[in-house]
Amino acid sequence: MSDFRLYLFKRMGYIAVTLLIISFIVFAITQLLPGNAAVLILGKQATNESIAAVEQQLGLNKPWYVQYTDWLVGFVTGEWGNSYLNDASAMDVIIPRLIHSVQLAALTLVLVICVGIPLGVVAAMKEDSIQDLAVSSFGYLGVSFPEFITGMVLLTLFGGPILSIFPFGGYEPLQSGLIPWLKHLALPSLTLTIILIAHVMRLTRSELIEVLESDYVRTARLKGISEYRVLFFHALRNALLPTITLLALDVGYLLGSIVVVEEVFAFPGLGRLVVRAIQSRDIPVIQAVVMIIAIVYTFANLAADILYTYLDPRIEYGEQ
Amino acid sequence: MSSEPTNTSVTVTESRVSQTVAAVKALLSTKKGALSIGLLVPIIFGVVAAPFIAPYPPTETHVIDRLTSPSFQYLLGTDQYGRDVFSRILYGGRASLLIGLGSTAFALALGVPIGIVSGYSGGRFDELTMRAMDVLMSIPSLLLALLVVTGLGSGLTNTIIAIGIVFTPRLARITRSSTLSIKNQEYITAAEARGESLFRIAFYEILPNASSSILVEGSIRIGFGILIGSSLSFLGLGTQPPNPDWGYMASVARNHLRSQIWFMLGPGIALGGTILGFNLLGDALRDYLEE
Repeated sequence: MSDFRLYLFKRMGYIAVTLLIISFIVFAITQLLPGNAAVLILGKQATNESIAAVEQQLGLNKPWYVQYTDWLVGFVTGEWGNSYLNDASAMDVIIPRLIHSVQLAALTLVLVICVGIPLGVVAAMKEDSIQDLAVSSFGYLGVSFPEFITGMVLLTLFGGPILSIFPFGGYEPLQSGLIPWLKHLALPSLTLTIILIAHVMRLTRSELIEVLESDYVRTARLKGISEYRVLFFHALRNALLPTITLLALDVGYLLGSIVVVEEVFAFPGLGRLVVRAIQSRDIPVIQAVVMIIAIVYTFANLAADILYTYLDPRIEYGEQ
Repeated sequence: MSSEPTNTSVTVTESRVSQTVAAVKALLSTKKGALSIGLLVPIIFGVVAAPFIAPYPPTETHVIDRLTSPSFQYLLGTDQYGRDVFSRILYGGRASLLIGLGSTAFALALGVPIGIVSGYSGGRFDELTMRAMDVLMSIPSLLLALLVVTGLGSGLTNTIIAIGIVFTPRLARITRSSTLSIKNQEYITAAEARGESLFRIAFYEILPNASSSILVEGSIRIGFGILIGSSLSFLGLGTQPPNPDWGYMASVARNHLRSQIWFMLGPGIALGGTILGFNLLGDALRDYLEE
């Protein structure tokens, strides 16, 4: 396992450097924002003395590199500063929203896996049939319509004007019951699923078609093994390897889409929070949220690479 | 001596033209290709010829006819000020198409040279640029575009630059991997032996031979650029009203979803049709070029 340790060590090093550079980019962009943070906090009627006092308190009069290191050290040690907008620490504002978004993302990934892979398998087994055409058309439509259009169509159909099955938006915690919780998550995660599912279906289909034509599958069939066993015990295991990498990439796509989808469904998550923060120049919140998203994404990629290598012993750690 | 090169260049141009004609014919003969051309040609024509086709000026208000459903008078209904949605869709397409094409052009102009030089020269420079591209790619596309637009300020040009920056690493990576597969070919060694400059080798020897994968990626990026651009304006951070814009129109439609469900029809069809068209075009090109 020392190979694995070395690999992990190297990857963690890359991740650290990547995140450091991202932190610098995020800091630089938030410094470019027009408007004075002190004025933002105090309001337009603020006196020069009170502005100077707030600038002193926030360290805005220090040179940029001191501000950057202060912020970075603060972020790593869990001191994310205070939200300019809400009279609370950025962490207290962000954590509950993060939990909401994680629930939405998790449900979406489960749906994508449980629906996307079977549909891809069906399309591959019945290559060039009506079912195959239906699956690929559905995939094309899913990726071609922006999140907000798909979301609005679902909202119109099932969220009020036509059929009032699901709520028009918002969030309900699990404590108030499983059904209300699921009902609020259903339409946003269905929207995300429709958008993400195409990649999974397509890749599963094309990989499975390729594997089903390979020599070892032919051998298995010639041995008289049932088609069911060939599919589930021989072919699928290898065909699904690339799908795992794709799911990690989809996490990145999901983290972007979630911003738009939360806006459509007025879902109080991280995405809606960051849009509000950007619109109102709430710098500490913007910085922390972007860093959290970058961390989640880089670690999702690492997890995918490790899992991929674990499932396919032909690949060694560190090989790209 | 002087007439010879001219002759060859003429034949080269002619064969390029006939190649292009053959490629377009081959594209049209496939289901995906025909569908993409069938979607894109009317859309682009409608958007370009908007002043001649649009039944109403895009900002003309009809106070009595606010939020009406589609009818013969207003093909896609009217918005909250009684403006004709169909006319606004035609004019609004300009922003979307400009964003899609502009951001892809920006990414091509930046990403292709980076990819070629990086792949061809290898070593430290290659390692460093590719790491930098990795860093940019480890921020989700929409979020990076959102951040850059926030830093630069909203508006059409800044939206194009922001999405262009997001696309650059992907184009650089694809160009680099094509370059890597080409750079040990004999004609490159021959060019090196002739003492050609790096610039000549990059743009006259490598680029034409790497162009098919760049073309495929580029056409897919156009659709994706339109998607990100419309998402930015949906979030209120892209192009600014009162100019009509598909994403912005959708965000207004969202606020009137309970009272007028038809309102979202226009922006929905326009965005879906255009992006679907470019996605299909990219896939058809890939099928054709990689055969």
